[in-house]
This record gives sequence, C-alpha cells and structure tokens, in this order.
Amino acid sequence: MTSTAVAPAPAPARRVQARPAGFVVDVASVARRAIRQIPREPEAVIPALIVPIFFYVLNIGALSTVTRTAGIDFKAFELPVAVVFAVTGVSRASALVTDIQNGYFDRLVITPVRRLPLLLGLMTADLTLVAALAVPVLLVGLGLGVGFVTGVAGMVVFIVLSGLWGLVFTGLPYAIALKTGNPGAVNASFVLFFPITFLSTTFVPAPALQGWLRAVANVNPMTYILAGLRSLVSNHITGGRPGPVWNFTVLGEAVLAIAAFGAVSLTLALLALRGRVRRR
Amino acid sequence: MTDTAVATEDIARQFGDVWAVHGVDLAIPAGEIYGFLGPNGAGKSTLVRMLCTLLRPTRGRGIVAGHDVARHPEQVRLRIGVALQDAALDDRQTGRELLDLQGRLYGLRRDERNARVAQVLRLVDIGSAIDRQVKTYSGGMKRRLDLAAALIHDPDIVFLDEPTTGLDPESRAAVWDEVRMLNQEHGTTIFLTTQYLEEADELAHRVGIISRGRIVAEGTPDELKRTVGTDVVVVRLEDLDEATLHALRQVPGVEEVVADRHEVMVHAENGAAVVSPVAVALHDAGAAVVSLTLRTPTLDDVFLQLTGSHLEAEEGGAGGATAPAQGRTRHEAVRP
Repeated sequence: MTSTAVAPAPAPARRVQARPAGFVVDVASVARRAIRQIPREPEAVIPALIVPIFFYVLNIGALSTVTRTAGIDFKAFELPVAVVFAVTGVSRASALVTDIQNGYFDRLVITPVRRLPLLLGLMTADLTLVAALAVPVLLVGLGLGVGFVTGVAGMVVFIVLSGLWGLVFTGLPYAIALKTGNPGAVNASFVLFFPITFLSTTFVPAPALQGWLRAVANVNPMTYILAGLRSLVSNHITGGRPGPVWNFTVLGEAVLAIAAFGAVSLTLALLALRGRVRRR
Repeated sequence: MTDTAVATEDIARQFGDVWAVHGVDLAIPAGEIYGFLGPNGAGKSTLVRMLCTLLRPTRGRGIVAGHDVARHPEQVRLRIGVALQDAALDDRQTGRELLDLQGRLYGLRRDERNARVAQVLRLVDIGSAIDRQVKTYSGGMKRRLDLAAALIHDPDIVFLDEPTTGLDPESRAAVWDEVRMLNQEHGTTIFLTTQYLEEADELAHRVGIISRGRIVAEGTPDELKRTVGTDVVVVRLEDLDEATLHALRQVPGVEEVVADRHEVMVHAENGAAVVSPVAVALHDAGAAVVSLTLRTPTLDDVFLQLTGSHLEAEEGGAGGATAPAQGRTRHEAVRP
C-alpha cells in the first residue's frame, strides 16, 4: 500500500484590528523614527558640533587676555554662548519638508495618528539631539578649565535649560516648514538666529553695551538665557563681589525668557500644523 | 463591514474656479476590484484623496466602509489602506522599519506587527532588501513596499492611485499579481485608479471611465467594449478627407466610423466580413492607406466614442505609459 503525504494547508492568517495607538505611543513612534534618522544624516549634525567649538576656542584665544584686564573670566563667560550656538536652530524641520514634498507626510496623516504627535515626536527627537550636542561642548569647556560653581547639579540644569532653549527655537523652522513646505524657506529661517543671538550679551556683559544695542538686548530673551546659564557656571563671572551660588532670580528670568519665546514660536508651529493637516 | 465598500453621492471638489471632480456617484460592493480609468487631470487622484480623508469634498457625500469621510474621517482611516500616486516613502528608513512604524501608528502590538510584516512580505516580494534603506530600492521595489505599507493593518479597502505608473513591464506585472492575490485570497476591496487601458482591462471587475471630473461610463470591461461593437477595423491613412469617411460609411455591415486625424476606426459586428469591402471602398475613394488591421474593441475605443478623443491624447503628454501620440491634439468624431 502506498501512502500519500499531504502537506497541511497553511493556517489562514489571523486578522488584526487597527485601532488608535494612543497619544504617548504616537509621540514615541514619531520620535523613534526621527531619532533613528539622526545618525544616518551626519552631515546635518557634525557642523552643529564643530562650528560652536571652533568659535569658542577662537574667541577665548583672541579675547581672553583683553577681557582679563576687565576682570572677566572669558572662558566661563563664553561657554554658554558656545552651547547656545550648538543647540539653536537644530531641528528636523528640513526632514519634515522632505516628508511633505515626497508625500510621506500624507501617508502619516492617513493613519489614525493624532495630529499633535506629528510635531511633538519630532520635537522630542530634537530635544534628545540638542542635549547630546550640548554635552560635548560643555566637556570642551571643562577641559579648558571652566569650573561650575553650582557643581554637577548645575551642569545638569545647564544642559536642561540649553535643551529647552534649543527646543523652543525649533518652533520657528517648524512653523515655516509646515506653512510653506519649502526647503529654501526653512534654510532661510536660520537668519533669525543672528539677531536673536548677537543683539545680546553674547560677547560683552550688559553694562558694557551702549545705546540702541543695549535697548535691544534688554528685550532680547537671549540676554536672560545667557545670564541664567552663566550664573550656573560662576557667581562672579564678570568680576566684582561674588553673588549667591544659586541665583534663582536670574535662573527664573532665564526660564521665563524661554517660556515667553516658546509661547510665540510653538504657537506659530501649532497653527502651521493645524493649517497643514486641515483637509482644505 | 457593510456590503457596499465605497459609495459616493454627487461628490465634487472645486479648486478655485475649477471643478476637479464634478458630481460623481459610485457604489462599489465589498470584494470588488474597481478600476477608475482616465487621463491625467481627469480627477482620479482628487477623488481618491477625498475618499481617503485627505481632502474635504466641496459638496456631496462619500461613504467608505460605512463611514462618512467628512464626518468620521478617523473611522475611515482605520479601515482603509492607501498607496498614493508616487510611492510615499522615507528613503532613510529600512523597509522593515517603515512597515513597523506603520504598524505602530495603527495601534498594532509587537507580535501583531511582526506577524503582519511577515504576511505582507509573503504577498509583496521585496526579498532581503527589506532590511536595507529605501533609498537603495528600485522604482518597482518602492512601489511594492508602498503597497506593503498600505496593507500592514489588514485593511478592508485599499486605494491604489496609479500603482504602476512609471514601472517597467516586469514590475508592473508583479504589482498586478499582488493586487489579484490580495483580492482573491483576502477578499480585499480594491479601488484602483489608472491611466492604462490594459491595467483596467486586466485587473478590474468593473471600470468607471472618468473624463474632466465626470464619470462618462461604468461597467465591466466586456460590457463597456460591447457598447462600441464587437470588432474594429483600424485604418491609418496618409491623408484623411470627408469623401473617404463617406465611402466607409456606405460599406454594408459598418456600424460606425470614428476618425482621429490620420486614423479611422471602422466598427462592425463582424469585422472579418467587412475588411475586404472596406479595402475596396478605400481604394475606390483614392485613399492612400498606410495600414489596415482588424482587432477587437479596447477600452480606448470606449473612451474615444464617449469623449471624442483617445485616452492618451487627453493626457497632455505628462508621463503616460503609452506615450501620447505627437500632435494628436485635434480630434474629430464622425458618426454615420
């Protein structure tokens, strides 16, 4: 007798049920993709690290001797500037424009994903990146002999404040990316970086600023952010009598400046997101 | 799911002063492959974008999987898969990462995602490239990955907007096989837009022909072709004049004569029986014949009869699979 081997029929595939993933999962999913892309685009990250370190070393090499006569510890004074340079303007806005242009953004919009996580996920990735960029710049400063009067806790606050500033600044390029879908416009948004960072106490303390520059610096949030960051590094960074180790007044003003800037930039970004996903 | 997968009532969409879709009524039963055939700019993609919740209709109603696309878009999104015109992919993800992200956004658990990725990869053959970044893929592989992404959550209805535009014949055939398998083995309803006659003919159970935002005919490919007669004698001439057309109309057995510049379509119930009389009539009329062929009707003949122009001629020369005939911008429909 012969027997015939009969291959079992493949079991029918079990059907799955699509469902909303939930807000946190949506944010995490979008952020996970964005973070994964970062090391795949080293050309977007490496300059953001090299340029601020280069200018930090250059500036303190050129001006330390001059500023020392004025009683300013220029290495400590400029370290927050270097970190702010590293974290300002770093965002996934260009990648977002690419998604808009090639239709991938539409693919995401057709899924049940909530609309806000499409932006918050990218910002979460940005926060991760700017914090990662701030650390090596900080280490360079420490390597050059800058000490933190507030210790390790102060360094952590320094990174957090820098990261938050970098995050709220991304609202501008995201607003432009979502509004225009144009890579050129997003790149042009970098010009906003210059007035915000240079019409401030970037190179000299506030009392040394004169005339219109002083007036502009007084209303520029960057002035207060730099002051807050500098207060974490040294309590007598511009000479004179040492202040308190933790200057909560100055730190509070820095937080308020970040919050005020963020209220504007993030509102613009959210409005642009709403316009982009609205089914016209 | 309801028996009707997709239904529209007078759905329309206006951009500025232009009506891209001008009052379309559809009723597509579950499990059907519906081919939406028309040239570039006819309104196919606009209709798809309304049905998959990317665009709001200016007027009318669209019901997909039992839910109104304007009122309950979130319910529609859970039940549809979409592969839009031009594969919408992220070049810097691997194929597997892209599919996994899609699965996450549809709320699938890890075990469900892994199982679905394996299932769609059995349907859509991408091979070991699934673990490479998408930027290394060929056009055909990108299309197949796009299709896989549309299927990851096991949707009831899949919208494919010109899924084979720009693909080589081999890749096109592979996508056709995948679409057929998806429909036959999974019972998935497929709404397929295309500008390729052959694609609609090969794949679709029913075809809707759209021209300038309106459906001008609908039926099975055979039903549509029967509307233009059973056979067509195609005559290419060096010059076409009214006397030649008149002579052809007088041939016994000829039902209709349709002219398009140097080409004349002679419709007849029995094509073989009229070939010789047509040749004689052309000779007697002094026509300079370039070629004379007998064939069965195509959907292009249907389109020509309904709109007065070839499907390719309406494309405006933009990326058609069958390259638009140069200079075929003027046309003339002549009925006996």
